Amino acid sequence: MTAINFVLNGEDREVDDLDPNTPLLWVLRDRLDMVGTKFGCGRGLCGACTVHFNGNAMRSCLLPISAVAGQEITTIEGLAETDDSGNEQLHPLQDAWIASDTPQCGYCQAGQIMTAAALLKANPNPSDADIDNAMAGNLCRCGTYKRIRQAIHTAAENSVPGGTGE
Amino acid sequence: MSEYSEIDDLIPDVDMPAEFVERINRAPAEITDEAETFMPRRNFLKLTGIVGGGLVLGFALSGAPRTLAAPKGTEASTDTAFTSNVFTPNAYIQIKPDGTIVIAAKNPEIGQGVKTTLPMIIAEELEAPWESVSVIQSDIDAKRFGRQSAGGSQSTPRNWRPLRQAGAVAREMLIAAAAKTWGVSKAQCFADQGFIVNRENNRKLSYAELAGTAAELPVPNGKKVPLKKRSDYKLLGTFVPGVDNHSLVTGKPLFGIDQKLPGQLYATYTKCPQFGGGVKQANLQEIKALPGVVDAFVIEGNGIQTELLSGVAIVTKSTYEAFQAAKALRVEWDLSSAATDSWEDIQQKASALTDKPGAAKKSKGSVDKALATAHKTVSGYYTYPFLAHANLEPQNCTAWYRNGKMDIWAPSQTPQSIPGLVSSAVGIPAEDITVTQCRIGGGFGRRLMNDYACEAAAIAYRTKAPIKLMWNREADTAHDFYRVGGFHKLTGALNAEGTLTGLRDRTITFYPKDADDSRPVRAGNASSGNLQCPEIPNLSIEAHPLPLQVPTGWWRAPVSCSLAWVYQSFIHELAVAAERDHLEFLLEQFGAPRWTGRRRAGDFNTERAIDVVKLAAKNGDWGRPQKDGQGRGLSFYFSHLGYFAQVAEVTVDEQNNVKVDRVVVAGDVGMLLNKSAGVNQVEGSVTDALSVLAGQEISFENGAVQQSNFDTYPLLRMPAQPKIEVHWLSTQYPPTGLGEPAFPPLAAAVTNAIFDATGKRIRTMPISKEGFKVI
Ligand code: FES
Ligand code: FES
Repeated sequence: MTAINFVLNGEDREVDDLDPNTPLLWVLRDRLDMVGTKFGCGRGLCGACTVHFNGNAMRSCLLPISAVAGQEITTIEGLAETDDSGNEQLHPLQDAWIASDTPQCGYCQAGQIMTAAALLKANPNPSDADIDNAMAGNLCRCGTYKRIRQAIHTAAENSVPGGTGE
Repeated sequence: MSEYSEIDDLIPDVDMPAEFVERINRAPAEITDEAETFMPRRNFLKLTGIVGGGLVLGFALSGAPRTLAAPKGTEASTDTAFTSNVFTPNAYIQIKPDGTIVIAAKNPEIGQGVKTTLPMIIAEELEAPWESVSVIQSDIDAKRFGRQSAGGSQSTPRNWRPLRQAGAVAREMLIAAAAKTWGVSKAQCFADQGFIVNRENNRKLSYAELAGTAAELPVPNGKKVPLKKRSDYKLLGTFVPGVDNHSLVTGKPLFGIDQKLPGQLYATYTKCPQFGGGVKQANLQEIKALPGVVDAFVIEGNGIQTELLSGVAIVTKSTYEAFQAAKALRVEWDLSSAATDSWEDIQQKASALTDKPGAAKKSKGSVDKALATAHKTVSGYYTYPFLAHANLEPQNCTAWYRNGKMDIWAPSQTPQSIPGLVSSAVGIPAEDITVTQCRIGGGFGRRLMNDYACEAAAIAYRTKAPIKLMWNREADTAHDFYRVGGFHKLTGALNAEGTLTGLRDRTITFYPKDADDSRPVRAGNASSGNLQCPEIPNLSIEAHPLPLQVPTGWWRAPVSCSLAWVYQSFIHELAVAAERDHLEFLLEQFGAPRWTGRRRAGDFNTERAIDVVKLAAKNGDWGRPQKDGQGRGLSFYFSHLGYFAQVAEVTVDEQNNVKVDRVVVAGDVGMLLNKSAGVNQVEGSVTDALSVLAGQEISFENGAVQQSNFDTYPLLRMPAQPKIEVHWLSTQYPPTGLGEPAFPPLAAAVTNAIFDATGKRIRTMPISKEGFKVI
């Protein structure tokens, strides 16, 4: 097949020589060595594979690479920013996650954070019900939901009014 | 400032019940005990060469991957360019000239927090400021680290003493180094957060400054060094976030599934859906022609469930191609020795069998007499299903066979078992197999088994290239080692005062088909009868054997995870029948505050039970009136050395939708070592137990599991999680583990609360089968 070009974490990327039906998840993990995005179910049921597709939370296990051509993808590896002096500036959610010790095994957490980041962008000050609603598609086998909810509130409070941006 | 006293435990640290880890798989060649983990210093400080003007030590603390195979996610090598003033008193600690204190985390991290908590124990005794500690995951090496496993909530109790000693040894050597430097007595010096301080003049020397001198001193006997008093602890007992958090939230490769080696290929392994079926033939030529497929072949296996079953391996250039090729695979199975178990059938048989007296497994007094003379008798038939582990990270393993050596990167709870198992399954000597531990996306007992590691090794052995074996979710659900289902026909006797005078439990014990029916399947519920009512005068636990072919295994809080619900529900039934307050009735079962048994940690201490039940009741507003449709339930269980009581509050609507509003937990694990990880484990256990109660069931027909993914085997989602409050009782007992003991009480607390709200007694799990829905 011909090459597919897309923007990954702000950088132009090109992949070729692969089945256009290959889900983005496996392109990220196997081809581009970006393994922060996780495989849990392969059927859109768990949210471990959540990335941002043009800014919206999307399950990468169901997203064929052909649909990504020309689009913008952000993964957990691209959520933090780099400031002018080259230092990593974590997203407020990442800071809140670390401080509140949200992860247990940690396997679901990249997907949780990506879903939460999309939520905060759309709704900078979500209620508990908003959070429950937005996060209901992300499973955590270890049961970290309470801390996830708290960390989202903390990040919302620590963000400049008007959204967290990426 | 710190003073050090003799060991402050009120009771000696115990010999742990040999319950889980020893019985899992095959024991590794040789596991040394704590005494041997303190090897003589000369083994570590051997000079091997000169690099860049500095001396290089021949000892690698840990985590040093061979250059060629350096997998992603392993921490930087620590054995390069050491200079002579690196202080390495034992396998756990290095103090570097820049002041960095490197501490090795010995056990697999499955989410229980040991990669943080075990190093905290060392840092506490070492008087190391946590900010200057850098934690690395250790090698798998029984000689240096003793037992390395994650199971049975045993990491804390087993390591509590040896790891304190490891820290204290280093601290005492630093004190001796300072005393030598200053020419004063050791008694004049004490350790304080990275410094040794001179009592007389308050002068200080940093650990970094002392490292070189300390390295030249004799290593004291770990068993003789003084340990800190609990009241002097600065780190233990505080809220310490996990050491991997930054890596986790930025997507760094930590997990088994994240490993990648140069030239790596990917593999799937397809086994017969009917347990124990073998491969007759498969459309291998067709598969080999598919895109990305490098090889496809049949592996006969050695027929051992926990090692290598027969199957078809497909090796490809990518995971997607492997999954696609596996879908196109057509296998003719040899079903001659395949399982034919039917869950329907088992349920029918069990119901009929438990009407009749069974073989006595445990008995005390005369239950027949108690029932005959009872003022009132109560009966109930309780059943619960098989369960899968459903780790969010599906089973996987990376292996590379080259030059006669096998390297394995495994997300395993028992990595030390792997060389023995792989050796048996693949036929290469165990000494030629090296295992690297990876962070694990959920254990829950599934990864006490190493079947995926044997499969990966067998494929790598033939492929001669590094391969990553990937199971998809469907394979993970269909080829687990399941928590056994169970059946209990209970009858209880009450006297005129409403006191419990006897209890009979007629139950089922599964045994492996074609084996001796007196030996239960792995993690079977046989004869446990762990009623935790030491006052009961008449008790009879009877069991009927039933053959089983479905593989079973340890599942979070094995046995307790199911029995607690049965017994704690029935005690509530009895209290209701006796028209007595459940709290009062439950406390009566414990009798006077005392040790039962021999005062070992595994023995039941009724004082600790009474105290946690009272603490939960108080914080759970026991007895406070509620509105219509609301209910409150109480439950207790002692397991894995931890005492836990829970009060659940529910609201149930007309359509039997159950909202669990609040769960109040009271626990006693001696001392809580890390407030964060400890509370995380309780919140996780409560949520997990609610998941199980709400709708999880593994069923099987004709020897094959009927569930496949999270649509048919659901996990609780965020909106259904209740408020969870955790209260701790701080006691002087040695700290014990938290991966499991908060799980068992939850189910009965909830079903007792549903009874309180609706008058409907739930005796079948999950409650969806009784028409209730958790929302
Ligand atoms: S892996 Fe994509 S939703 Fe589960
Ligand atoms: S932290 Fe383990 S699955 Fe969420």
